[in-house]
Amino acid sequence: MAFNYDKYLRLEKMPTLWCWGCGDGVILKAFIRAVDKLGISRDDICVVSGIGCSGRFSSYVDFNTVHTTHGRTVAFATGIKLVNPDKYVVCVAGDGDALAIGGNHTIHGARRNIDMTLIIINNFIYGLTNSQTSPTTPQGMWTVSQKAGNIDPTFDACALGIAAGASFVARETMLDPKKLEKIFVKALEHKGFSYLDIISNCHVNLGRKNQMASAMENLQWIDKITMPKKKWDELSVEEQKNIFPTGILKEDKEAAEYCDLYAEIIKVHQGKRKPLTQNDFAKKI
Amino acid sequence: MADTMELRDIEVWDGNMAAAQALRQVQVDVVAAYPITPSTPVVENYANFLANGYIDGEFVMVESEHAAMSGCIGASAAGGRVATATSAQGYALMVETLYQASGMRLPIILNVINRALASPLNVNGDHSDMYLGRDSGWIQFDAYNPQQAYDLNFVAFKVAEDHDVRLPVMVHQDGFMTSHTAQGVKTLSDEVAFNFVGEFQPMNDMLDLDHPVTHGVQTEEDWHFEHKARQHNDLMTKVFPKIQAAFDAYEALTGRKYNIVECYDMDDAEVAVVCMGTSVETAVEVAKEQRAKGIKAGVVGIRVIRPWPFEQIAQAFQGCKAIAALDRSSPNGAPGMLYNELAGTLYNAATRAVLTGYVYGLGGRDLTKSLLNQIYADLVANAAAGKPTTALQQLIGVRGPKLEFL
Repeated sequence: MAFNYDKYLRLEKMPTLWCWGCGDGVILKAFIRAVDKLGISRDDICVVSGIGCSGRFSSYVDFNTVHTTHGRTVAFATGIKLVNPDKYVVCVAGDGDALAIGGNHTIHGARRNIDMTLIIINNFIYGLTNSQTSPTTPQGMWTVSQKAGNIDPTFDACALGIAAGASFVARETMLDPKKLEKIFVKALEHKGFSYLDIISNCHVNLGRKNQMASAMENLQWIDKITMPKKKWDELSVEEQKNIFPTGILKEDKEAAEYCDLYAEIIKVHQGKRKPLTQNDFAKKI
Repeated sequence: MADTMELRDIEVWDGNMAAAQALRQVQVDVVAAYPITPSTPVVENYANFLANGYIDGEFVMVESEHAAMSGCIGASAAGGRVATATSAQGYALMVETLYQASGMRLPIILNVINRALASPLNVNGDHSDMYLGRDSGWIQFDAYNPQQAYDLNFVAFKVAEDHDVRLPVMVHQDGFMTSHTAQGVKTLSDEVAFNFVGEFQPMNDMLDLDHPVTHGVQTEEDWHFEHKARQHNDLMTKVFPKIQAAFDAYEALTGRKYNIVECYDMDDAEVAVVCMGTSVETAVEVAKEQRAKGIKAGVVGIRVIRPWPFEQIAQAFQGCKAIAALDRSSPNGAPGMLYNELAGTLYNAATRAVLTGYVYGLGGRDLTKSLLNQIYADLVANAAAGKPTTALQQLIGVRGPKLEFL
């Protein structure tokens, strides 16, 4: 029997505002199946979204949801998680949301390794405002803000997540809904900051003027620029350029999680333990 | 050299295009911007003109509105002619840097396409962003239609870049209602438009290497007050003569007359509505209908919000018996900005008109003619009674039981 999404959706909000053929719907459905698979109660999960097409996500899922300001998902979510350390907290943000205006919060959420999942829906463009250059727009592409060609270097979202300290970093695309579902399950199960670069299409606002005006052409392009990490590792450095590895790129199950560390601080204030010192941490400066 | 664009005498432009064309015609050197509805087309059009060779300038799409205004500040301090545009949340994010721009006395032009501030999230027009920045030390002009958005941008550059002023200027227009509504706009040729504003003459610019300067220094209790006092002094004494001179020069050039306070049928008005933005045009139409019924109705539109036109306001209401202040922003626990400013202005004036306030049109809700007719009916009753016959503050056009306070 086909999966019934209805109990997880706010049906009065349907149909979505997303364009026909948009990958955001594929991602939404895979996420819902992952939540269902893990048997997470709708009352135990909070979805926080920002501004942009991805920002609609929190309107559609029937969980505890917050639609925040542009770029601030991780900041809002940090507050939510600290008050509810036993609940699942999920941020959904676009590439502009998470990597430009909210880049600072993304870095520091990852650095703290606070237990939440950040889903970056990366469509390489500011779609909602109609085609301005985003941090992931490939160089040389046409955008309405750079009609003579984008000169800004392209951002590797996962490289940022790894460097900033997220303990789980992965990339998948909307091309494979099964893999998406699996990666969402893994990310939700992981204790620590789960950082997901989920590549999606925007044939309307990215593809239209970049020779991929149909969804299918945009999907073929995504297929061309991505490769499973195992195969990618076998490429030469030169060949790896412009190809994004997919799959789990980092998984550190030992990294200390922020709420756990905070629980220790609470114990200090309750007189149950001595203050933390550098000796309590493996990595010292 | 940038290419010249041949414009028809009248072009069909929305407010965003009108503002963008003005930025092109004055040849803005640097635009640093971040997209936000409904202001995006202003900077998008600038980028388009640039890509097509109509501007000698630079466009940078940065990572946030905070970075956009910061980039503008840097470019302006370095000696360039600078402008950008924003709305609502983007404006809110800019606020820290708005104070920097004015404190550094940088003549940046910001087109603010007015939109409601979240939460709840809303992309439509009200004046909550406009009100948010009113103490930031910027000059604020309000355009009621695309023609005015075009014209006021030229005046803005002329005033801002005057070496006796050196203050940034916002040109406001209503989100969607003006920004996305196409109307006939009378144009200037590129040459005439540019010459009205002239070549940019930098002052204290960082790239004048013979006279090195520092912008944005720290002052504490020793000098901070003097800096703020001087800026306030200039806003209170130097800016209005320059605005008036620029309005006069613009009228001589185009025949289009602007006033610091716009009065419609106010010479013998006994009842008057005071408002801003697109509401002014609706109110003027309703006032004419009221006149046809024998009611001496008038409208006052605020053209310059900052500095606040104290003297012009005090004069505008001579002979008036009842005034309604219309605020398109939730005062959230106060009488309302226009109400407060008018009350403060008129308290010591000869006018002893009854002043009442209305909160309307939040989040893009229409101000209908029937609402305005009701306001005029209230005003007529107030004028006859010589005192308020309604609450001092009413929320109009909102669902649910009537909300009135004070």
